[in-house]
Amino acid sequence: MIKTDALIVGAGPTGLFTAHQLKLIGLDCEIVDNLDKIGGQCIELYPDKPIYDIPAIPECTGEELTENLLNQLKPFNIKFHLSERVDELKQDNNKWKVKTNKGTEFETPNIIIAGGVGSFEPRKFSPKECEKFENKTILYSIKDKKIFHGKTVSIFGGGDSALDWALELSKNSKVNLIHRRDEFKAAQATVDKVKELSKAGKINLITNSQLKTVNGNGKLEEIEIENNNKETKKFKSDYALGFFGLIMQLGPIANWGLNLNKKTIEVDTEKFETNQKGIYAVGDICNYPGKLKLILSGFHEGALAARACFKLARPNEKYRFEFTTSSKTIKNRLGVKSD
Amino acid sequence: MAKITYTENNGKSHSVEVAEGLTVMEGAVQNNIPGIDADCGGGMACATCHVYVKDEWFDKIGKKSEGEDDMIDQAYEPKKNSRLSCQIQVSPEIDGLEVHLPVKQV
Repeated sequence: MIKTDALIVGAGPTGLFTAHQLKLIGLDCEIVDNLDKIGGQCIELYPDKPIYDIPAIPECTGEELTENLLNQLKPFNIKFHLSERVDELKQDNNKWKVKTNKGTEFETPNIIIAGGVGSFEPRKFSPKECEKFENKTILYSIKDKKIFHGKTVSIFGGGDSALDWALELSKNSKVNLIHRRDEFKAAQATVDKVKELSKAGKINLITNSQLKTVNGNGKLEEIEIENNNKETKKFKSDYALGFFGLIMQLGPIANWGLNLNKKTIEVDTEKFETNQKGIYAVGDICNYPGKLKLILSGFHEGALAARACFKLARPNEKYRFEFTTSSKTIKNRLGVKSD
Repeated sequence: MAKITYTENNGKSHSVEVAEGLTVMEGAVQNNIPGIDADCGGGMACATCHVYVKDEWFDKIGKKSEGEDDMIDQAYEPKKNSRLSCQIQVSPEIDGLEVHLPVKQV
């Protein structure tokens, strides 16, 4: 059980700056994020796209913004729990107990949800029958490629993940690669290699087609695909792999008893607290009259939520407002010399 | 202004007047039409404003943006007439446009 003054859910720009604000005022925090990297939407959706409305930064990309925020956090030792999604929430004597899908447990008086539009999850196949085989013979990521040895594997998708795995698995498996159009969004060298192997008969490349349905008794046995002209084709397959990118979903937070408005969480504008005491929401995921979904708004919301955390984390102390330019205490925390 | 009709998957139709210069996605969001999530806010960075464009309109609404098809690969049940509504500009030429919404966006 990890005890901390505040648990931040989401390692996007708002979560990162909120951590900075907590540490400045002397509170501990840890950060959980379902992605395997830090940066949230900035890093997953638009790492190379320039952003023009961060105060005092005329232009920077999502990746640069993330790097700068991490630099700003350097004086502090913050523990990140990546590739973990918050799952269960329980209340216990004025403290919240949170458990992640990997079993990590936290005890904290404060939870700050900086979850953007939700946690990133793989886009799944749309036919309902696929659920029966999910995580067994229908997969959206690969943990152990040995299981495919000598098997027939049908890979769906047209991006780098789909093509890279088609190349890799074609060494020891029979591979069908199926894509809904005939253009691919992968490195040109990879696309060339796939086409070469397709010509040589080592990859069965099928374009302009999508999965229609799957059959099997306990495990996947057969898949049926349909092309743009509605013609269907069935073939034997031991595994089906889908690589359609990531979508964002609120996930288990939706069951935490918070007041939700579509995909956002209602908060007040003093503490950015939800209807549950000690649970705050900041950044794109929060909603209040006048809410702007800008990164700069997330910074403001995080700064205020951090102050609200102080009261619950240090009930016997009084919070004192200080400037970084003049406070000796803050300079000590930052590890910089005071005048 | 252009009249745009959004038909939900359950058959419910919404016709609204959308100002020139906006996108078909913004027309839906500003009029609270259910079924268009637009998670990324129009950056072509997600695929949650996905619509099916009626065949007779498909060639009249301008070509797909560069990279749009790559995002449509990630949409829920993409079809031949799939578009991201954030990439369709509203102009007098598209007055009367009809789009259908998918079963869901995510």
